Amino acid sequence: MDLGPYLVLATLEGAVTAAVLALTAVGLSLVFGVMRVVNIAHGEFFMLGAVIAWALAHGLSGHPAVGFAVALVVAPLVVGALAVAADMTILKRLDYDPERTIVATIGLLYIIQQLTLMGYGPDARPVAAPFNTRLAIPWFEKGAEGWQMIWPWGLGTTSYKLAVIAAAVAVLCAVWALMARSRIGLVMRATQSDREMALAFGIPVERVYALVFGLGAGLAALAAVLIVPIQQAHYLMGADPLLLSFVVVIIGGLGSLPGTVVAAVLIGLSDGIISVFFSPTLAKILATLLVGLVLVFRPQGLFGKRGG
Amino acid sequence: MIPKSGPKATTRRGALTTLAGGVAAAGLPLWARYSHAQTAAPIKIGFQVHRTGIGAAYGRWYDRTTQAAVKLINEGGGINGRMVEIIAEDDGTDPKRGAEVVEKFTNQHGCDIGFGTLFSHVVIGSAPRAGELKLPYFVVSEGHHVASGKLNRYTLQPGITDVKSQVQAMAPYVASTLGKKVTMIFPDFAFGHDHRDFFTAAMQAQGGEVLEQIAIPPAETSFTKYFPKIPRETEVLYHVMVGPAVLTFVKELGEFFGGQGPALFGFIDSLEAVAIDSPGLEFLENSYFWEGMCRNAQPGQSAHETAYRAAVGVNEQGASLSDPKDVATYAHMFGCWETLHVVKAGMEASGYAGPQDRAKLIEAVEAMTDIPESLAHPQGAKLFNGRTHQVFGHQNISQVRGGQLVRVHTTSIEDTLYPDEVDYTTQAF
Repeated sequence: MDLGPYLVLATLEGAVTAAVLALTAVGLSLVFGVMRVVNIAHGEFFMLGAVIAWALAHGLSGHPAVGFAVALVVAPLVVGALAVAADMTILKRLDYDPERTIVATIGLLYIIQQLTLMGYGPDARPVAAPFNTRLAIPWFEKGAEGWQMIWPWGLGTTSYKLAVIAAAVAVLCAVWALMARSRIGLVMRATQSDREMALAFGIPVERVYALVFGLGAGLAALAAVLIVPIQQAHYLMGADPLLLSFVVVIIGGLGSLPGTVVAAVLIGLSDGIISVFFSPTLAKILATLLVGLVLVFRPQGLFGKRGG
Repeated sequence: MIPKSGPKATTRRGALTTLAGGVAAAGLPLWARYSHAQTAAPIKIGFQVHRTGIGAAYGRWYDRTTQAAVKLINEGGGINGRMVEIIAEDDGTDPKRGAEVVEKFTNQHGCDIGFGTLFSHVVIGSAPRAGELKLPYFVVSEGHHVASGKLNRYTLQPGITDVKSQVQAMAPYVASTLGKKVTMIFPDFAFGHDHRDFFTAAMQAQGGEVLEQIAIPPAETSFTKYFPKIPRETEVLYHVMVGPAVLTFVKELGEFFGGQGPALFGFIDSLEAVAIDSPGLEFLENSYFWEGMCRNAQPGQSAHETAYRAAVGVNEQGASLSDPKDVATYAHMFGCWETLHVVKAGMEASGYAGPQDRAKLIEAVEAMTDIPESLAHPQGAKLFNGRTHQVFGHQNISQVRGGQLVRVHTTSIEDTLYPDEVDYTTQAF
């Protein structure tokens, strides 16, 4: 394929990856930023979102858009509620101790994964996209009769992929508005900057923690509902998003919302472009190398505050 | 763990009973020998099944086929008058776990043989352990690793053909019907490498050429990013994919080409357990597939295949009788059925009575050559090569017409033969 069409395609693919990654990573970043909990089970909340989307789409008859629309609302709520329950029954009992919560969330990862395997089974199951039209992209080429518009095979995307990108941007804006412009966001930021002081001012810190953990998991589930018409629901699908989310969060700066989004776009696009031009393995190698470099030269991340 | 040669330790009383039984049995005619009380215990077949992991869809159907074959064998009186018992263990489609499962079969369950593994990396991970434990290991894997000489005397593949013979038989058809400039897409592990190496060589032998080889990790979930590597001058896209995301793979392939692009020749592996009329797969119309056994019932289907289809619970569309959405891995799973019947024939020919006769069983299977088509071998006649431990058989090419896989070509067994690369019979037991 020629360089031009190649690059357009790579950028589009990368943008879809970046969109979903940003949503997932923002959830992880939020949980770490406010609660100082490294949530290893984050990928499993993502997977649960996809599995619930399949169950709803499978259970509700009629146009595929109906099941999908219901899933878009219900899956994040269910997963969020589950995460709140996990927070109140497990993390709270550990006093949010950083080391013990890591071990606890590893345990949670296996419990969720194996329960899904037992209930949902080992198969990958598809969810129909609410709409999916292939959009061919024209290209201009200088031929014998001057510039001509051609439609090369391979150069195209689908309406659904574009919708995923748009939806992710909208949700990220909403999360930003929630954090920066609402009262609950203020309370979260207060808890993040000084837990003791927030407690002294009468902020119900434990309830804030439960809410943040639920919100983080709900965002991961939402990202999964968006991606499942492209990728299928599978009980092992949480591993990759978890790894990439950590990469993004470390590069962007743990707890920094803009940093996470910028890093997600960086990693998503570079993953798309490097995979297309070279190999997907190289894309992963470079992302991991970047994490290493960031940890050595700028441990707080690109946008993180030192000692924050 | 101390490996035991048999399920029970030897005692004086046991030894005397065996001796008395042996003396008595020697005086009996052959047919009566196995009605002896001591050998009435079931023959235990350890079934290494991919219940979870990337092979789960195959595992589900390998399991159903195996259960159906065992039911048929037991209804017919079992093997040597003994019932067959399947002891299934999930290997997670994982080589390390596979080797542990083989150990469990031998040391814990006291199995007579191991059987049923499909994914080539699991076979390659498990076979050395089976050889060390001297457990006859009957794989249903398609990989060339058995016939290549990489494994050992205890590993046999008598129920399914290997990739090298399959692709060698496909290349002439691809070169003459579809085109000579091929790009290959295959999973990046042993099975895919067999496709890469042997199809590339077979295409060159036909005067064709493979322009590009695109390897995809078997656990990959999105594929569009690999497709731009397909060169524009490609005439035929050869695809073979496995894993949970095969439906995504073919869908994205269709979205990528958007009704244009090269001719498609795929191994049905890319669509096993996936309905060919799934939304988004319309572009497959008129494309070609290799099939070990035809998923859609073909006109003039043999009575043996009709009976086999009913026994494994598959309808004329290749889906489960109880759930038409549950599509079978029909092109591969006959291998379990046929392998178990080879095991039965081998045990009967060798007078297999217990683990002490394992070497005799392997020698009996090695002595097999022509295997005629029958209910035991519904996929068709086969030729077993005892030196390479590999079976050879007919291959099918089907074309998608109106959402159905219609057989357009069947190769001869001779098309699939190649010179021996190993003689396992020279290895000591």
